[in-house]
Amino acid sequence: MSGIPHDHYKPKTGFEKWLHSRLPIVGLLYDTLMIPTPKNLNWMWIWGIVLTFCLALQIVTGVVLAMHYTPNTHLAFASVEHIRRDVNGGYMLAYLHANGASLFFLAVYLHIFRGLYYGSYKSPREVTWIIGMLIYLLMMGTAFMGYVLPWGQMSFWGATVITGLFGAIPGIGPSIQTWLLGGPAVENATLNRFFSLHYLLPFVIAGLVAVHIWAFHTTGNNNPTGVEVRRGSKEEAAKDTVPFWPYYVIKDLFALAVILAIFFAIVGFMPNFLGEPDNYIEANPLMTPAHIVPEWYFLPFYAILRAFTSDVWVVQIAHFVSFGIIDAKFFGVIAMFGAILVMALAPWLDTSSVRSGKYRPSFKWWFWILVVDFVVLMWAGSQGPDALNGWMPAISLLASAYWFFYFLILLPLLGVVERPAKLPATIEEDFDAHYPAVDHSEPAE
Amino acid sequence: MSNTEDHGGSRRDFLYYATGAAGVVATGAAVWPLVNQMNPSADVKALASIFVDISGVETGTQLTVKWRGKPVFIRHRDQKDIDLARSVKLTELVDPLAENDNLAHDAPATDENRALDKEGKWLVMMGVCTHLGCVPLGNAGDFGGWFCPCHGSHYDSAGRIRKGPAPRNLEVPIAKFEDEKTIKLG
Repeated sequence: MSGIPHDHYKPKTGFEKWLHSRLPIVGLLYDTLMIPTPKNLNWMWIWGIVLTFCLALQIVTGVVLAMHYTPNTHLAFASVEHIRRDVNGGYMLAYLHANGASLFFLAVYLHIFRGLYYGSYKSPREVTWIIGMLIYLLMMGTAFMGYVLPWGQMSFWGATVITGLFGAIPGIGPSIQTWLLGGPAVENATLNRFFSLHYLLPFVIAGLVAVHIWAFHTTGNNNPTGVEVRRGSKEEAAKDTVPFWPYYVIKDLFALAVILAIFFAIVGFMPNFLGEPDNYIEANPLMTPAHIVPEWYFLPFYAILRAFTSDVWVVQIAHFVSFGIIDAKFFGVIAMFGAILVMALAPWLDTSSVRSGKYRPSFKWWFWILVVDFVVLMWAGSQGPDALNGWMPAISLLASAYWFFYFLILLPLLGVVERPAKLPATIEEDFDAHYPAVDHSEPAE
Repeated sequence: MSNTEDHGGSRRDFLYYATGAAGVVATGAAVWPLVNQMNPSADVKALASIFVDISGVETGTQLTVKWRGKPVFIRHRDQKDIDLARSVKLTELVDPLAENDNLAHDAPATDENRALDKEGKWLVMMGVCTHLGCVPLGNAGDFGGWFCPCHGSHYDSAGRIRKGPAPRNLEVPIAKFEDEKTIKLG
């Protein structure tokens, strides 16, 4: 499976040989687990395991929660309370599931920004990147539909606002919205289908995760230097790599243990810290809460959605050029989805031949501004309507503009004008510079 | 057997296209019910019309009723609201159309075209912000009408959009007086 030369599985016992000639599944698992992995990976390479754990956690807790949940507008809110109060250990399952979504998104953002900094999206890993973006989109869809299920005020109004985005599409928008909702407004039909899809999509994600892993096991992992593993011979490759098992498995499990200690502290002691109090009020179609705000992990894109109002000149130009088809509302929707699209196109927008940001003196700065930009957008998205009269609109607009500027202008331009620093010739050289070879001739003790 | 060297249109080519076309049609026919089941069901569509008793709605107050899953504002406007709405020039409006389902599509957004009766005492409209569907709050905002708390759209006392991200005036649904005390929606 891997392009990096290494020892493959050889069946030894009679049974192993018998099975291997019929179904080489042990060989597949062996080669996946023993994949040669660059030996200089830093702590930013742990998020893949954390994400895999999150997916498993969400599927397991979700399946058992579904045993107690009722997807009906009259019963949903009460059934969630029933889970929290009456079901044995139900409060723990519910809060693990709700906070698990937050850990999932925290990990996915760190994972994505890791990829953006070290150029993991660049050739030959474009397919891994694109599949990753698809997983991220599905995660957002799944999280959004899951948030509707408790049928609180935020669930209901979040669903109304987000499905309203599809209604903004000129012409066919309202029909699409009605089709998605199964009626003129968010109602029982909507809740039912969201439950069905919320149960289904995680399994689609699991399938894509397998393809994601398959893709980067074919190309080999990227690493902090962005220099490829030498593939001339097995011996040469072995100097740049260590097998995934046991080296990285142990490292990743240690990191996971630390993260889970913090995670369980949050679940146990402050399970509603990231939640919205309004979602403990049952959905009321006649009353909008004073401040509708999405979960924290959607805030940056929510800020982009509402940054483009009708008084912004880009919006006015778009309105004029499209003969009025693109209004401010549709423009906001395009901008929000566009923000993810430009990120997905990063492999083709980035013209630099150097992968890792470590060796790109100017890129580094622009990248960190992007990280700050993301946090600023998150803050802007959290602001209520009162802030609309202050600095918030200008800040969201500027922050949204930088997001597009980074992907559409900086990435293509920097590759041409920037002079990269000298790259290490091999991963081994980089590794030895950090950890000078120790003389092992003397036995320890 | 037909001549297989005649690539112009052998019987085998014809069979390929015919089979392919039949396969596409069959797939489409199989997928369509799966798509169509998500459209509004018969019982949802059946709740199309309701009758609302407005005898208890005092001047200057508003009744909110649920119709087709959405709130409808039935506002009994006082003279101040009416005067305020009728003093606005059409050129000041963001959306110059009445958005009244009872009138022609291109009717201008005068207050007369928005209200249900000639004097303008009754204003019936969807309580759904045209931005992203929140319910605007009454007696609020900078124009003496409604204010949407979600993204800050201001509507005037005739429910016309004046400021904020919403693109259109609040929609006036199909409505008429059944008798003096009853309004029929739908």
